[in-house]
Amino acid sequence: MTVKECYEAMGGDYEDVMRRLRKDERVEKFLMKVLDDKSFQLLTDSMEAQNMDEAFRAAHTLKGICQNLSLNRLYGSSNELAEKLRNNREYSQELDVIVAQVKEDYDATVAAITKLKES
Amino acid sequence: MNQNKVSNAKGKILIVDDSEMNRAILSDMLSDEFDIVEVENGLEASAVLHNHEQEFSLVLLDIVMPVMDGFEFLAVMNENGWIKSIPVVMISAETVPSYVDRAYDLGVLDYISRPFDERVVRRRVMSTIMLSSKQKELSYMVAEQMLEKEKNSQLMVEILSNIVEFRNGESGMHVLHIRILTELLLKRLLEKTDKYGISRSDISMICNASALHDIGKIAVPSEVLNKPGKLTKEEFEIMKTHAAEGGDMLKSIPLRQDEPLIKIAYQICRWHHERYDGRGYPDGLKGEEIPIAAQVVALADVYDALTSKRVYKDAFSHEKAVSMILGGECGTFNPFLLECLTDISEQLKEELHSTSSDHDGEREIVSTVEQMLDKEDFGMSGRTLKLLEQERTKYKFYADMSHEIQFEYTITPEILILSEWGAQYLKLPEIIYNPREDFFGKEIFNQQDFEKLLERLKHTSPKNPNVEMDFVLNINGRNQWSKIQARSMWTDGEEPQYTGAIGKIVDIHKEREKMEQLTVMADHDPLTGLLNHRAAKRYISSILDSDSEKKYILLFFDLDHFKQANDTYGHQFGDEVLRCVADKIREGTRGSDIAARMGGDEFLIFMDYKTSMEPLVKRIFDNITCEYREFPIRLSMGVASAEDCKGDYEKLFKMADQALYAVKRSGRNSYQIYDPNLPPLTEEGSC
Repeated sequence: MTVKECYEAMGGDYEDVMRRLRKDERVEKFLMKVLDDKSFQLLTDSMEAQNMDEAFRAAHTLKGICQNLSLNRLYGSSNELAEKLRNNREYSQELDVIVAQVKEDYDATVAAITKLKES
Repeated sequence: MNQNKVSNAKGKILIVDDSEMNRAILSDMLSDEFDIVEVENGLEASAVLHNHEQEFSLVLLDIVMPVMDGFEFLAVMNENGWIKSIPVVMISAETVPSYVDRAYDLGVLDYISRPFDERVVRRRVMSTIMLSSKQKELSYMVAEQMLEKEKNSQLMVEILSNIVEFRNGESGMHVLHIRILTELLLKRLLEKTDKYGISRSDISMICNASALHDIGKIAVPSEVLNKPGKLTKEEFEIMKTHAAEGGDMLKSIPLRQDEPLIKIAYQICRWHHERYDGRGYPDGLKGEEIPIAAQVVALADVYDALTSKRVYKDAFSHEKAVSMILGGECGTFNPFLLECLTDISEQLKEELHSTSSDHDGEREIVSTVEQMLDKEDFGMSGRTLKLLEQERTKYKFYADMSHEIQFEYTITPEILILSEWGAQYLKLPEIIYNPREDFFGKEIFNQQDFEKLLERLKHTSPKNPNVEMDFVLNINGRNQWSKIQARSMWTDGEEPQYTGAIGKIVDIHKEREKMEQLTVMADHDPLTGLLNHRAAKRYISSILDSDSEKKYILLFFDLDHFKQANDTYGHQFGDEVLRCVADKIREGTRGSDIAARMGGDEFLIFMDYKTSMEPLVKRIFDNITCEYREFPIRLSMGVASAEDCKGDYEKLFKMADQALYAVKRSGRNSYQIYDPNLPPLTEEGSC
């Protein structure tokens, strides 16, 4: 699997990331870091503990990473969550729905990157 | 991080972001052209800048971070003045206008938006660094140029005044002396009062102008000026014209009348022969009518004339000159200035004796530096940085050598920085955030002790900044007496603000232990290990003072026929008997009881009892009564209750003594409890 194919699989924008980061190896190096990143774990833990300040920070970091790597699909849901939390740090069931979406997108992203790693 | 990076061509960037990924991406984009230091939040960034501020060319700052966010960190940068020397570029994903505005207000220069684009990042970083270093370079150049200009004009003044001196047939030293004297007098004056409205930069100008005081002598004919003998009255009148002439020369300089140097020089030239009582010339000005610059130069001129050799006189000694001036032999001066002269007398003697032209150069540098420090916006030049770096190297060397735990403490943000050696010794990191909440402030220090120390430091003043306190610290698991020697740090300026402290922790455990041992030794009888009489008396008195409720008894006894033991078996044996008694006493008493050897074969026990004292007394008496080898230990014991003594130890002791005496009279080897009906001590005494 190529980096480009990986981007297609996880709904990212390959052209955009190449324009900014300029090197395939660099993009790949940072994609691998996504696998080690703890912000998604932190996000689910904080949601569970209903620590909304922490959840906001986690969503914010995740969104930042997606933005840097042009992971547009995961960016979409994590950004939505961060925006919701920025203005209102109250727990609501509506948030659980968005978090579920983030989880689905995150899993898809991780699956694609794992495949790239193994190829 | 502590190598000398001052002259390093590669700039250094501090990246402050909690996301490891962001830091990695930025670092990847910039590391081929810059040295990168990464930290996770504002607090860590503060600690780095605290010690290495001048090494960094740029800070890349995220806003949303745990512990200390970007806004709080910007506030810290402002408070410490770092924002003036290090440009900050914001890298937050937050693009909300209110965030951006606030960041700009706090001194952020530029903004890099996400997602990061390599070319944009590099371009922004480069241009920001270039802009700010250009600015630094320019302000440095301006400072250098001003210094150069100042030097040139000073040189011109010196050439001019030397021409005058040359014509007078004097060496150039007079001008130099006047300059030094004027400077010393003015500095002292400034320390004593601000009523003349002189600032430190005025001093250097007045000193420059002082060199011109005699330029009017150019207009005096040389036969008068250089006449070897005493001047006639007419000749002296001609000589006196030099003051007014000098003033007129300066007045006639076209277009420059508003220059402060010209104004001051005019005052000095015209009025440096005026006297405080109005008897000087040319105008007979009186008291404070004479401008202060002229008053000071007049005094300096007289002093130098007295201490220099002239055609018509020998040089007077420093002491003689000062006493002549103070005695009014050279005219009347401002009493306040005479005080200044007295104050600087010693210093003056030293300075003038060691004056050489090199020395003078140094003085200039010192005063220039002093002036620069006076200015609030004092930008650092490359030279200053190099000096600073040298100081740091020296400091680090001495700190490592001394094997002491040294520390630096700042309040905004609250950080404690340990010396490298100290950190290794305590097995702690060098930088400790929130030390009150840390292992350092809670475990190594007892928490209350640490608060006490910080409280004491906070309440010192810039004049009395030193604090010395002894605490038991838990160092590597052991309790150790330690001495904290610290000094509070303050900002400069009118109202100094407390900023933190520096200090060291010295191990004084051994001394302290020795002290305690000595105290123990002073209180105890070396033979038996029991207390001595003096210590027992002190302890008992304090118990009697503080506790009148409880029931206490005093048992006082000596050994029957102890002299025989000594005489028959020798003193060595006698000592063994006494030690045996002491052991028996220890067996029969508790730790809270007081047992003492009074001297010789007399002993004393002080203890509390619950209901009745008799069984207690009997038990102790029986226990001590025994055989030591072949010698039978028997005793006579008097007992008194503290209830009857009204808290008076002497009285209590006397009652026990009286009871003991009664036992002796009735044949020894028994005990007796005090009873007012006992026969009083006779003149024979009991012991």
